[in-house]
Amino acid sequence: MEHPAQSAENRLPPLRSRPLAATLIIVLGLAALVLCLGLSVSVGAASIKLTTVWEAVFRFNGDLTSHQIIRELRLPRALAGALVGAAFATAGAIMQGMTRNPLADPGLLGINAGAGLALALCFAFYPSLSFNGLIGFSFIGAALGAALVFGIGSASRGGLTPAKLALAGATVMALLNSLSEAISIHFRIGQQLAFWYAGGMAGIKWSQLAYMAPWIVVGLFGAIALSRSITLLSLGEETAAGLGVRTGLVKLLAVVVVLVLAGSSVAAVGSIGFVGLVIPHISRFLVGVNYKWIIPCSAVLGSLLIVLADIAARMINPPSETPVGALIALIGVPFFLYLVRRVRREM
Amino acid sequence: MERNLLRQSSRRRAARAWTWIGVLALLVIAVFIVSMNSGYTRLSPGEVFRTLFGGGNANQNLILFQFRLPRIVITVLLGAGLALSGCILQGITRNALADPGILGINSGAGLMVVLYVAFYPVTKLGSVFLLPCLALVGALATAALIYALARKRGEGLSPTRMVLVGIALASGISAAMIVLTIRLSPDQYQFVQTWLAGSIYGTNWKFVLALLPWLAVLIPYVLLKAKALNVLSLGDALATGLGARTERERLGLLAASVALAGACVAVGGGISFVGLIAPHLARQLVGSRHQVLIPAAALTGSLLVIAADTVSRSILQPSGVPTGIVVTVIGAPYFLYLLARTKSKA
Repeated sequence: MEHPAQSAENRLPPLRSRPLAATLIIVLGLAALVLCLGLSVSVGAASIKLTTVWEAVFRFNGDLTSHQIIRELRLPRALAGALVGAAFATAGAIMQGMTRNPLADPGLLGINAGAGLALALCFAFYPSLSFNGLIGFSFIGAALGAALVFGIGSASRGGLTPAKLALAGATVMALLNSLSEAISIHFRIGQQLAFWYAGGMAGIKWSQLAYMAPWIVVGLFGAIALSRSITLLSLGEETAAGLGVRTGLVKLLAVVVVLVLAGSSVAAVGSIGFVGLVIPHISRFLVGVNYKWIIPCSAVLGSLLIVLADIAARMINPPSETPVGALIALIGVPFFLYLVRRVRREM
Repeated sequence: MERNLLRQSSRRRAARAWTWIGVLALLVIAVFIVSMNSGYTRLSPGEVFRTLFGGGNANQNLILFQFRLPRIVITVLLGAGLALSGCILQGITRNALADPGILGINSGAGLMVVLYVAFYPVTKLGSVFLLPCLALVGALATAALIYALARKRGEGLSPTRMVLVGIALASGISAAMIVLTIRLSPDQYQFVQTWLAGSIYGTNWKFVLALLPWLAVLIPYVLLKAKALNVLSLGDALATGLGARTERERLGLLAASVALAGACVAVGGGISFVGLIAPHLARQLVGSRHQVLIPAAALTGSLLVIAADTVSRSILQPSGVPTGIVVTVIGAPYFLYLLARTKSKA
């Protein structure tokens, strides 16, 4: 399968892509990410100097409170933000490429809401479940949410247009979120679920990070491995099939990767929408239409966005925190409106 | 002869429509009575009856007259107002998916309410009456924004784009509310959360008094304009051909619809989907002539909200899941069903 696809790509009209810009973005982005992670660790209720951060990471001294804060609270939080940002952005990029739908995003298409409902049910009926078990149920919920949205979208007269898919997604999201909220109020588990409403990294611990990280890393590598096929799929299903892509298999694998990325992220920090919408568009604008570059750039930029938003969330009104999900929605909504106006011809 | 037959059949249809309206009214009354019995403290129908006519003890009086009745009356008014607002929106935009909640008009109104309540506690009588006016300002601004964003020169308003823009605005406004109110005290933050979930918070007679004048003026206005609505729902070209001053009529009705939504939201919280479902159900029962559709939709809306509120106060006790959530759980699947049925070019 590898060989024909590769030779076919050579026969294609050259895809508008900018490898140099992409490499630059990835390198500079990673450098900025490290800087922001450092900043994220130093900013908070107790302000800590960057030099102390450096010491806490590389010359840890258990007697100092500041070192303990960094090790036990700040560091897992910052790392979780980076991982989750990469996961949401990559999931969005895959969905946009695979469905050729500019409005695709795991938050907008009901995937996050499905995972959230699964979490609410777990907390209500099986509170002793391990974190790994939670992640498992969250995958199932994410799959259900996605199946519901795509099922309704496809069943509709006139087919699966971007606008219809987004509408079905928004409604399924409203429905699933309402059910989760009803469950959380009825079973008085609002406290445990509060993080999930707004999306927040505040409560992340090393143990959760340790469970979540492997899934996300595997998902990211899977996404990169699939990137060539997704580029071909984004040219249209017939084109891709004509070029020797086994579209059914690729789509299945891509869906699994999206569910793994979104499901494990939601299980850890709750639903954060719009990252998967905005970041892939920005990446595409910067590096062209080849997913080989879009996916890694999205991952880096997504990390950067969430880490920065998490810093802002703590700085706006200290000592209380503004929900990160709400902050990102404030950036994401105007962008979404702009897209809705632009893609009108396909609607 | 033929004309006679035609007249007869239309008269029969009108008679059937009014029968349905009667049935709906009876149902509203029935659920009203059930609703008075149910709640945290159960009152038997006999006790409710005695209390209503002055024979109850102090405790029963307090529960019925101070807690339960105002809330039930508010739910009835709220349902009617929201349903009518949706009915008008669906008629004038010819959009089967229109609803003040889905379009974000409720959120716009809510933003103003939340801002006001956050800075001035609603304790004085005057402020309760100010709320609907503020909500109206927010609702109008949002409606104008949706119109500006969803309209494209040469293409007009596409129904799906309009709803999409509305949903985006609604989620943006909710996010803005959360970000703004996080600066405030936990109580006020709690209020915003409750508001967003669609919990009916205005539960005393002051709120009834604040809401009532709006409905008392706007419902007759809309009923008067039923003919104009019939014509407008045929489409611009046909409406102009039939001699309607389309743009003027549409603006007047749009303002009425937005005002209804704003006033309801000011006392009721962010309840979505009522304005969507009620007109559709009513249309199934009585047809699409607005002379009968308007009362039928209003009654269906009342029935829906009062039933949802009763469920939230009785079955889901003692946790008290907000009414808005119950309505959404019923309404969202219906919206999906409608979405699957409409053609994308509609």
